[in-house]
Amino acid sequence: MSDATLEAPIAFHPRPDKASQRPVLFPQPDGAEVPYQVFSSQEVYDREQERIFRGPVWSFLGLEAEIPNVGDFKSTFIGDTPVVVTRTAEGLACWVNRCAHRGAMVCREKRGNAASHTCVYHQWSFAANGDLQGVPFRRGQKGMVGMPKDFRPQEHNLHKLRVDSYKGLLFATFRDDTPPLPDYLGAEMRPWIDRIFHKPIVYLGCTRQYSKSNWKLYFENVKDPYHASLLHLFHTTFNIFRVGMKARSIPDASHGLHSIITVTKPEVDTDTAAAYSAQNIRSMDEGFALEDPALLGQIQEFDEMTTNHIQPIFPQLVVQQIHNTLVARQLLPKGPGNFELVFHFFGYADDTPEMRELRMLQANLVGPAGYISMEDTEATELVQRGTVRDGDKHSYIAMAREAPEQMDTVITENLIRRFWVGYQKLMGY
Amino acid sequence: MMKPQERIQLWTELLELQHRYVNVLDNNRLEEWPGFFVEDCRYEIIPKENFDAGFPVPIIYCRNAGMLRDRVLSLRNANIYEDHVYRHATSGLVITSVADGVVSTESSYIVVITSQAGESSVYQAGKYLDEVVQEDGAWRYRSKRVVYDTLRVPTLLATPI
Repeated sequence: MSDATLEAPIAFHPRPDKASQRPVLFPQPDGAEVPYQVFSSQEVYDREQERIFRGPVWSFLGLEAEIPNVGDFKSTFIGDTPVVVTRTAEGLACWVNRCAHRGAMVCREKRGNAASHTCVYHQWSFAANGDLQGVPFRRGQKGMVGMPKDFRPQEHNLHKLRVDSYKGLLFATFRDDTPPLPDYLGAEMRPWIDRIFHKPIVYLGCTRQYSKSNWKLYFENVKDPYHASLLHLFHTTFNIFRVGMKARSIPDASHGLHSIITVTKPEVDTDTAAAYSAQNIRSMDEGFALEDPALLGQIQEFDEMTTNHIQPIFPQLVVQQIHNTLVARQLLPKGPGNFELVFHFFGYADDTPEMRELRMLQANLVGPAGYISMEDTEATELVQRGTVRDGDKHSYIAMAREAPEQMDTVITENLIRRFWVGYQKLMGY
Repeated sequence: MMKPQERIQLWTELLELQHRYVNVLDNNRLEEWPGFFVEDCRYEIIPKENFDAGFPVPIIYCRNAGMLRDRVLSLRNANIYEDHVYRHATSGLVITSVADGVVSTESSYIVVITSQAGESSVYQAGKYLDEVVQEDGAWRYRSKRVVYDTLRVPTLLATPI
């Protein structure tokens, strides 16, 4: 190599950040092709925080059963904004967890009980409803002046949000023009929520899972009945999922962002193994049986014997009933490439000890180590890793595309397409 | 009241049991894992926040050795997850009580996970609350409650702790 070569100027222009400059374009109007940049672009993520999580939606915070007593509080998030929800003598309150003084997080605990909340930095204290109560040295001391004469405490409360609950599910919204909560949930989704929350519940604890993938990939997952028996082989290995089960896949009619999937036991048993062999589907349903199948049991507790009820309520909630597990999953975005999933387990106040034991046994089915759910984050992370450098490419989501009205099936991607159409509208894409 | 030498002898035996236990998990010999328990056993992995608050929800709960064997069967044949290697580091084993042939112990653990890409990271920290009994001349776990501090489980939990 000659010196001349070494001295030759190397044209090394920093590449412009293409991802952030590229307009977000959905090639198909029905949501069948999703540009991969929506899963990794910081710009898209920032816009979601503004237009979705701080926009005209109700975000799920948790269960009223988590804060049963006056003064009980819980720290959580709306999008990535830290908020606190608390029960005051006057009712529920929710405020952004950011001191009105210098912006420090006021509440530093996950849960607790307190009549007031004091910022540790300068001890500004706030009532449980977010009203500013006290400012140290407000009037100065020993001749030193304090706050200006025109300082009005009522102008420096915590940022209060609209908060409401529906059947014990807590929600908040940043916006005054968000429709009332029951209207937001909608006439199609409410009966399904009513079904699960038809009597008093008891909070049984939570488990948390952290995924290195975009939050919307999880939303796609819970709107995707097509994957259930193909990714989660526990079903077929131990012969739980049966061909011939009655199914529903219903999107919210107005915006498509919420949906419900149900699977119901068939009246008459069918030969699942034969049906799977006929389709050449990988399954290991020959000869495997659990030594202790107790956790596959199901005690009927609803009129319809659904084995699965998966109901995402945009943008932070998935109501889940799988066999006798009852869970409100909370989905929290943590930047473009991460989300946290919190599984809030509950039972009913009138559970028998046997029922409560079965719910605990069936906790083995769901959550981070769940026999029929552990693969979900594996799958969303595979998508994240597969798409992160290809924002200009797009997915192909076409199962049952020619039958968007067909809702009695699990072999469909209609709910995902409807979700993306609703997402585009909210985001202005 | 146990003599000091007896106590150290017992402690050494339980330490050896624990080291054999993690050796099986760290070397992917999962089929041997249920053998560390008596048939009528309890095995549970539960987040610290639930344990401390008195909430019962676990991420894994087995109430007999059959359910442990089922876990292994499912991991080997049904569940899909990335191949990985665990390395347990355990410390602080103390005997908290000895009564009616049941020895209760508490100890700390850290599990470092190594992914397919070859990246190692702390996967989970927590403590074991164990009840150990003699069966056929060997120490076995009657109860093992795994209480984890690392509340956000990274991606998923397949291999037992």
